[in-house]
Amino acid sequence: MATHESHKKRSGLMDWLTTVDHKKIGILYLLAGGFFFLIGGLEAILMRIQLIKPENDLFTGELFNQLLTMHGTTMIFLAAMPMIFAYMNAVIPLQIGARDVAFPYVNAVGFWLFFFGGVLLNLSWFLGGAPEAGWTAYAPLSTSAQDTGVDFYVLGLQIAGAGTLAGGINFLVTIINMRAPGMTFMRMPLFTWASFVTSGLILFAFPALTVGFFLLMFERVFDANFFNPEMGGNILIWEHIFWIFGHPEVYILILPAFGIISEVVSTFSNKRLFGYSAMVFATVLIGFLGFMVWVHHMFTVGLGPVTNSIFAVATMAIAIPTGVKIFNWIFTMWGGQIRFTTAMLFAVGFIPTFVMGGVTGVMLAVPAADYQYHDSYFVVAHFHYVIVGGLILGLFSGLYYWYPRIFNRVLNETLGKINFWLFFIGFHLTFFPQHWLGLMGMPRRVFTYMSGQHLDEANFVSTIGALFMGAGTIVLFINIIVTASSKKVADKDPWDGRTLEWSMPVPTPEYNFAQTPLVRGLDALFVEKMAGNGKMTPAEPVGEIHMPNGSILPFVLSLGLFIAGFALIYANWIIAGVGLGIVLLTMFLRSILDDHGYHIHKEEVEADIKGGRA
Amino acid sequence: MRKWLHKGRFVSLFAMLALLLMGCGDPTLSTLIPQGEVADKQYQLMLISISIMILVLVVVFVLYAFVLLKFRKKKGDNSTPKQVEGNHMLELLWTVIPILLLIILAVPTVMRTFEFSADAKPSSKGELSLKVTGHQYWWEFEYPKEELITSQELVLPVNTKVHVELSSADVIHSFWIPSLAGKTDTNPGDKSKNYMWFDTGSKTDVVYKGKCAELCGASHALMDFKVRVVSKEDYKNWVASFKAADGKSSANANGQQVFEKNCLSCHAVGQNGGNTGPSLNGFGDKDRVAGILAHNKGNVKKWIKNPQAVKPGNNMPKLNLSDEEIDAVADYLLGLKLK
Repeated sequence: MATHESHKKRSGLMDWLTTVDHKKIGILYLLAGGFFFLIGGLEAILMRIQLIKPENDLFTGELFNQLLTMHGTTMIFLAAMPMIFAYMNAVIPLQIGARDVAFPYVNAVGFWLFFFGGVLLNLSWFLGGAPEAGWTAYAPLSTSAQDTGVDFYVLGLQIAGAGTLAGGINFLVTIINMRAPGMTFMRMPLFTWASFVTSGLILFAFPALTVGFFLLMFERVFDANFFNPEMGGNILIWEHIFWIFGHPEVYILILPAFGIISEVVSTFSNKRLFGYSAMVFATVLIGFLGFMVWVHHMFTVGLGPVTNSIFAVATMAIAIPTGVKIFNWIFTMWGGQIRFTTAMLFAVGFIPTFVMGGVTGVMLAVPAADYQYHDSYFVVAHFHYVIVGGLILGLFSGLYYWYPRIFNRVLNETLGKINFWLFFIGFHLTFFPQHWLGLMGMPRRVFTYMSGQHLDEANFVSTIGALFMGAGTIVLFINIIVTASSKKVADKDPWDGRTLEWSMPVPTPEYNFAQTPLVRGLDALFVEKMAGNGKMTPAEPVGEIHMPNGSILPFVLSLGLFIAGFALIYANWIIAGVGLGIVLLTMFLRSILDDHGYHIHKEEVEADIKGGRA
Repeated sequence: MRKWLHKGRFVSLFAMLALLLMGCGDPTLSTLIPQGEVADKQYQLMLISISIMILVLVVVFVLYAFVLLKFRKKKGDNSTPKQVEGNHMLELLWTVIPILLLIILAVPTVMRTFEFSADAKPSSKGELSLKVTGHQYWWEFEYPKEELITSQELVLPVNTKVHVELSSADVIHSFWIPSLAGKTDTNPGDKSKNYMWFDTGSKTDVVYKGKCAELCGASHALMDFKVRVVSKEDYKNWVASFKAADGKSSANANGQQVFEKNCLSCHAVGQNGGNTGPSLNGFGDKDRVAGILAHNKGNVKKWIKNPQAVKPGNNMPKLNLSDEEIDAVADYLLGLKLK
């Protein structure tokens, strides 16, 4: 096959469809994840409006169940995960001094699989109704549902999940293999560390979900009986498989947020992270323990006191490394010079909020008391404190922090602060009363409640809070539009950063580093600033830079799986075959067509350096 | 355990917390106003864990507030703060103290977890045995020793330990009486039966609210039931009159004819009838229609006319009955009272 180098410059839409550049894929993840975040948020607000007063009849019965299922599923798989991947893509290669991820092509495959999976799942709204069995899709509710909602759920998430797995593997390899000279493991920024552990969790947790989805798919599409007790199946198989994936998933989500907070707190306190090695160890330990606690989601399932007790103690143990992190953050600020930028405000809001979510987590780890909390609004309050108060505040913090690096503009700080206060106050208004609702006997996932049960006031407050959160999010989008329309290009190092990503020019050159930097310690850029250099020392002379070519194949491959998934829902074997045929064809083409990428010549790089572009 | 609680230095904190939490919610629904032994012990566990957690929160918040106030960047100060790597003593401290706190919490946790599942199975020596079966969207209650099956409303004697076997006829539900005990799932399939026990408390003539706590379909929110705790005497009478029920109603006989023709294949009345729908013995004495609507004739008619409008997704068909027939059946049902 052809071995000569060729490079086609593409522009406009085609550039985005074919890109394998981690910076552009990061933006794609952020846009798609942000879009699904808006949809999931809208679903949440609709549910809260239904619950604003007792016996409301706006969204009842099945429709409400569709909303709650799609809210959870969308937020976890289509909003939170992609936004995490957005930052991992945008930041990690820069933080470790790499020119791209290890497998740029696989990176693009990962994004497009997620995107098409998400689109497939959301099409269910227009094609006979969304899934209604909860994001947990417990059998036999999920297997006995008559409409196609759950089929969209299982096939859409199966496709999106494959993308996530590909992404996780890619970042594992990237972080292990692509670090710049001197960037030892124990000099890696905490965000990279957290993403490394998260990628490891993805590697071990997502296959469980894939297997579970295959079982569920076989039940739905081919009438198998894995979960049907009348045919010798067992419903508990699904619950176990789901939570063997589902609990590590919680840490997959929260660890990158821990990483972001560590970066932001350290930068805006102008201090190195307190107890860096303890932080790394705590991250790894949380990831490890995260695999041995899944039964705490199943305390009321009836597994017996021995099982419940073991998992209770294991769950409590997670509080210890998490507590270490909290204190390390506080002591990072101790003696520092705290600057309250918007990014820092979100981080400052994160810490107490997450502590509150953490302590209710320990309370939930007590099985005998969990019999009261379980599946009540107390649990809803707990996991929103952890996921919204933890992950989403972390993601917002990261957005304001890295926005200049990703989009070459600094987000407006005034709007940012309005965004923070509306969202933060709204968040506590929404979810704090829900602790009480749960303790006062309100089960979760109910579309209404009768009056006269002392549940009215707290529900009302909760809905008002949700509207505040909605308003906060709208301010964020106004901010993005305002910032995009301003002409002021960001400084290359607007926050007085400490890590490598702030050592590069704006905009980041497509090859990232003209010369791979030499890393001389933790907080590589800060070390150079203290040494009086202010910039990184190169580890290599200027030379040719090898770049990968863009390709439309990842898009086509994912489209093929999308078509196959769609056809399977309607049991149309011919079209399903065509879809899978497209997948195989793209795989074949990818294998048979050698693409050696192209080189950026030394003269071009030198010109870039001279012109201040690299 | 109790002794330790009362003697320990947590007592005052406990009292304050209890004051704060008490009076929270509906006394027939709230877990914070426990009425039976199990709920009471669960409430104590909540208090222990909340106390420890509030201690943690206070320490973190005070420290945090101090740091945020003290170490803000001052205008014009461009010095670089001292870069601290860590502090072994401090790090050891905030690892060991949480471990100790968790051990304090873990001991009662494990104790109670074993206690609540010990001796839960219904047996001949138990005081009262009960078989609970969840259906979309109603509850079936079988008293195996008394040989009677009722629905939606449990009648139980006061101060009694109840041994419960739980299962489901369709999807997973979860049986929850917040005032008396935490929930346990009802799983479909013989291999996945569950057992629990609870105590009915010391109050008589109270109606506690029960809930389904596991998403089970469109009308999950409406799958309420009631627990009526009565004196032991009243309970005996109730059992006797339930067993003597013969399907005769104080209403005219026309309603009974329509009922027997259209409804009896699913609903049991007296000693006859099917069991795909809830048993309707003593329907006239119940607290609610279909578990949720206020108990009056208008609502009985509303339900029979279009069950889907009240509880979407339930399995009762819309029957082809004239308005007069529905009226007669409603009268008949409301006349079904136990002596």
